[in-house]
Amino acid sequence: MAKRKLIELAHARSGDKGDTANVGIIARKPEYYPILVREVTAERVKEHFAGVCLGKVQRYELPNLGALNFLLHESLDGGGTLALKADPQGKTYSSALLRMEIDVDPL
Amino acid sequence: MIRIANGQGFWGDSLEAPVEQVRRGPIDYLTLDYLAEVTMSILQKQRSRDPKTGYARDFVDMIARVLPDLKQRRIRVIANAGGVNPTACKDAVLDVAKRQGISVSVATVAGDDIMERLDSFLARGIELKNMDTGEPLAAIWANVQSANVYFGAWPVVDALTKGAEIVITGRVTDTGLALAPMIHEFGWKADDWNKLSAGTIAGHSIECGAQSTGGNCQVDWETIPHLEDVGYPIVEAEPDGTFCLTKHAGTGGRVTVASVKEQLLYEMGDPREYITPDCVADFTTIHLDQAGPDRVRFSGIRGRAATDFYKVSISYSAGFKSIGSMVYAWPDAYKKARAADHILRQRLDRLGLRFDAVRTEFLGANACHGIAAAEPSPEIAAQLPEVVLRIGVRSENRAAVERFTKELAPLALNGPPIVTGLGGGRPRVEEIVAYWPALIPKRELTPEVTVWPSEN
Repeated sequence: MAKRKLIELAHARSGDKGDTANVGIIARKPEYYPILVREVTAERVKEHFAGVCLGKVQRYELPNLGALNFLLHESLDGGGTLALKADPQGKTYSSALLRMEIDVDPL
Repeated sequence: MIRIANGQGFWGDSLEAPVEQVRRGPIDYLTLDYLAEVTMSILQKQRSRDPKTGYARDFVDMIARVLPDLKQRRIRVIANAGGVNPTACKDAVLDVAKRQGISVSVATVAGDDIMERLDSFLARGIELKNMDTGEPLAAIWANVQSANVYFGAWPVVDALTKGAEIVITGRVTDTGLALAPMIHEFGWKADDWNKLSAGTIAGHSIECGAQSTGGNCQVDWETIPHLEDVGYPIVEAEPDGTFCLTKHAGTGGRVTVASVKEQLLYEMGDPREYITPDCVADFTTIHLDQAGPDRVRFSGIRGRAATDFYKVSISYSAGFKSIGSMVYAWPDAYKKARAADHILRQRLDRLGLRFDAVRTEFLGANACHGIAAAEPSPEIAAQLPEVVLRIGVRSENRAAVERFTKELAPLALNGPPIVTGLGGGRPRVEEIVAYWPALIPKRELTPEVTVWPSEN
């Protein structure tokens, strides 16, 4: 089984709504999208952000854009102005998710 | 076809961008977004001190620079620069026009400010529950600082129909600013849900300024040309709801399917339910094509009927916070920063200070990505050139937060060695203004649209 870092297969952008962060990941090639759907599950994302995401993770599929959108609830120390974090809007969570190692067989 | 440009992604964005959008090529409408959630409470405070303030002053300065160009090129401007005082913003703009001897028709869109009506809403059983937590507004009622409804495109359409050349709004959605000219020019109806959704997505694609034209773009970021002269986004909209996203010829940046996808996913919730006052847009119906260099075509967009509610943005005072930092240098920078954090926390304990939250991050080690980046190995940690200890506290008790700000500096002399970084003095105590999202039935509100003749 070949392991690859998600950043080789996808790019991403993240943002915030209150205490919820969203992380959208986009397949760099159309053929990568099914791999993202198979490997990057809500459960794995929750595990990846252990200690950061204290609530649930929801996943939405956008096959038209070759993209997945994740909502990470309770992930921003209260969100917005309440947060004491250096990144209170979760702007860097995009590349944090791209650190994930995933199984790319068959590619 | 009409061209709708964005010249401001948030209040604090480039001062040159709107001027360049007006001068560097053809556009029909210039839209500008100034209002983040926290902005409304800041403006409310300004207005309580001086009734002539409470709006985005940058907007007036910008108009002063480009008003002759706007007139000559017949460009109309739509901006939510009015904040909590659209009338005062209008007065300032008309004053600029008078001084320049230019006649211009300015409209205001108000009625979104419901601060004075909260009592009556609560008395009538409109609870304004927090959309995220379900709590009733009564929980924070005494601390409320501002309350504004998000209007959509329709009041702006009304202003355009009445001949306004500059439309100054209070709390109107970012997407509504761009959708309004399409409705106005193409005669779209209130139940043309697919077209309204297309216009809404067009608005979303440009609302964050250069973030769709190569700014903050991950794909091939190093080869994106001339970000020092980045072109801000322009939508070329067609009556059938299709549109192209592009930028002025000769500007820097890059518009590709990849750059556009990144913007589309920004602050996305459920992609099938992008709810605005105007419609419910479905992002899973968007079809994108690279239609040429720096040009992406959108088609196929569908959506559904708007809901019966407006979103309300309520700001309230939620205690105090302060965040400070110290810089520790090699050797063992990380270990020393951690030791300093431990010492500081013990001192706060010995003083009997209690906080709702104390958070420490180590910038340069793993502050942004936390556990996803993992702890640096002992070998790497020992060799880091420097690490920033960043520590923040939050409390209802201002005195406790004040005292925290005085405990950081002493570490320079009475803590671990090779430390710097306090040139800026003690950290500031900030009042926290938090944000309370709620819903209100649309029937409770009537937008107030007024066109003000210029004196010239």
